[in-house]
Amino acid sequence: MKPESTPLSGLLQAAAYACALLAFGALAEPPAPAAAKAQASTADHSKFEELAGPFATGPDVTRACLQCHTEAAKQVHKSIHWTWELDQPQTGQRLGKRWVVNNYCLSLTANYARCTSCHVGYGWKDASFDFTVEENVDCLACHDTTGTYVKFPTGAGHPPYEDTPFQGKVIKAPDLAKVAQGVGKTSRQSCGACHFKGGGGEAVKHGDMDSSLTAPPKSVDVHMSPEGLNYSCSTCHEFKAHEQAGSRYLMKAKSETGVSLPGQESNRPACESCHGLTPHASGIGDKLNSHVDKVACQTCHIPEYARGGRATKTYWDWSTAGRLDAQGKPVVEKQGDLVVYDGMKGSFEWGENLVPEYYWFDGSVRYTLLGETIDPGDQTELNQISGGYGDPKARIWPFKVMRGRQPYDKGNDILVVGHLFGKDDAAYWKTFDWGKAVKAGMEEAKRIGQTTADYSGEYGFADTLMYWPITHMVAPKEQALGCADCHAKDGRLATLTGFYMPGRDANPWIDRIGWILVAATLAGVLLHGLVRIVTGKRRA
Amino acid sequence: MSRVKLFTGFERFWHWTQMALIFGLLFTGFEIHGTYTILGFEDAYETHRILAWTLIGLWVLAIFWHLTTGEWRQYVPTTKGLMPMVLYYAYGIFSGEAKPYATTRSAKHNPLQRLAYLGFKLVIAPALWISGLLLLFYTSWKGGPLGELVQLQYIAWVHVAAAFGMLIFLIGHVYMAVTTGHPWYAHLKGMITGYEELEEPKGRTGVA
Repeated sequence: MKPESTPLSGLLQAAAYACALLAFGALAEPPAPAAAKAQASTADHSKFEELAGPFATGPDVTRACLQCHTEAAKQVHKSIHWTWELDQPQTGQRLGKRWVVNNYCLSLTANYARCTSCHVGYGWKDASFDFTVEENVDCLACHDTTGTYVKFPTGAGHPPYEDTPFQGKVIKAPDLAKVAQGVGKTSRQSCGACHFKGGGGEAVKHGDMDSSLTAPPKSVDVHMSPEGLNYSCSTCHEFKAHEQAGSRYLMKAKSETGVSLPGQESNRPACESCHGLTPHASGIGDKLNSHVDKVACQTCHIPEYARGGRATKTYWDWSTAGRLDAQGKPVVEKQGDLVVYDGMKGSFEWGENLVPEYYWFDGSVRYTLLGETIDPGDQTELNQISGGYGDPKARIWPFKVMRGRQPYDKGNDILVVGHLFGKDDAAYWKTFDWGKAVKAGMEEAKRIGQTTADYSGEYGFADTLMYWPITHMVAPKEQALGCADCHAKDGRLATLTGFYMPGRDANPWIDRIGWILVAATLAGVLLHGLVRIVTGKRRA
Repeated sequence: MSRVKLFTGFERFWHWTQMALIFGLLFTGFEIHGTYTILGFEDAYETHRILAWTLIGLWVLAIFWHLTTGEWRQYVPTTKGLMPMVLYYAYGIFSGEAKPYATTRSAKHNPLQRLAYLGFKLVIAPALWISGLLLLFYTSWKGGPLGELVQLQYIAWVHVAAAFGMLIFLIGHVYMAVTTGHPWYAHLKGMITGYEELEEPKGRTGVA
């Protein structure tokens, strides 16, 4: 218990604080620039002539970087951060942002310059982007430590080279020389510049990743909190030659190798790579450890997602988009701070502190790609997760399920991509004409080989959903789920059937017959006793 | 009538500890089963586990005691005198007939008791132990040959069914043991003090 504050103790505290300020005045100064921080690196980039600047463009900086880091761009070229492409070996599908369709802004296709503001490169403004050019790698997006580097939202990956207004705010042009001289390791902030804003804004997409993770309290993320272990993203998502471990397209739903020791094949970012295969302190027969073969760590240890005080989007209905006000500007409606309707995008629902949905998951994800027939009368799963109770590789995982309503090709019953962003007449955000936007999107999709289907010319709206595995925002162990959260008739796993779970399941016949026999026995002895009393009295 | 020490200190300790453990196991077990929520699943499970291990320990002691003292013979079943016991409880008891069995130190259970306790010891209790241990160690055997043959739910069904058997046994046992002595509470008193007033084998007449 904290003692009550008294006037005297307050005075003493103030005096002590003043002394401390005098003695350690340096502490009160603003944080020192990154380059002057305690150097773990053996190189101080601010001393390099190559980085003296000034730099006119991003690629100019990259050219300077590559003078020393000769292999860096070649390495980045192989990474998914650059290719936005992944050949999924289990399904044979070609996935990655370049090829999949989602129910946020639908697809990269025909919207390049807007989406690629989060590409680790410069200039991907259309499908002709040359993926072999080394100087188009954006080193600063990940290695900036000053926090001043920013990629312009519609700049195809380039930062603003002069202060530029965007949606009513001015985005300041970074001092590229200063940023280049301050480069260092990646951080929650640098990764978060893109990953916390997936889906077009703060916290929109994942639900378990938002800017609260830049400096989370322990209660939000026990590993990344500066109050605790202060992990960066790459502590778990280890990078080797600029390629990271861990991908949502190809997950390892269950680790079987346990702790990764130095020199061994790294098992990260699996929880087991540090916590091992029997993570709970256990006595004989302890049940917690015997759950790990069927229940992912995340299921109990991330009791809720979107816990950082930022709401994540849970529903997006494109079919209502297009309402304009008298001036012809898209209508925007808010509930509190949250936009619930935007004429550009349609209607939204949001949620905070959300209970995940739980499904069996073996790590393999299949996507409904462009050109595949869908049933517009049904809810289309844009991605399908596989696994079941009998599958030794599968465990019960928590998911954010994003639901929505999005355009599809009514003539062919296939998903469509839309040309949303652009300065031309067909762009939806210019003229609010779905007919033109879908046509332009599908023509581009066909041109780049995303589909072979011709657009029928008629669009409709179909309900879709998407599964997003929840794996960040691991809570302190005190906040983990308790047994009864699942071991109950109406518990969190009520919908996962096909296996016996104590507390939830029972053989109804055993219960029925059992209780009937118990009642009969009880009635029998009561009757027997009663007759004894009556006959005993009669004899007496 | 003579006052005879029928139950040794160990037997009484064993009996009453076992009673408390079994009541606790039934109470927590049916909560784990989802019949009601009182302690909450977690506490019910944890208590159930501890009580179960304690009862296993008690049984190891009791089995050792029975083997070394030869008292296991008390449970050897016999058909001799069984029917009169059944008829007594079905009919004679109402008309004030004498119990057709004379308890002695070396044969303290009547034939019906012997059969009931043997059933408890050879059927209900082992079914609970074996299914309970299989449930507790499910993850260690489910990958092996037994796992191929048996699904978890079958084990759970056996455990629950045997628990019903235990409950039914208890109702009958409590009724018989607590109310059918002379006076009605004599057996209960005997199990507490160890002593019971036993009738001389030849002099059993005229009971109230």
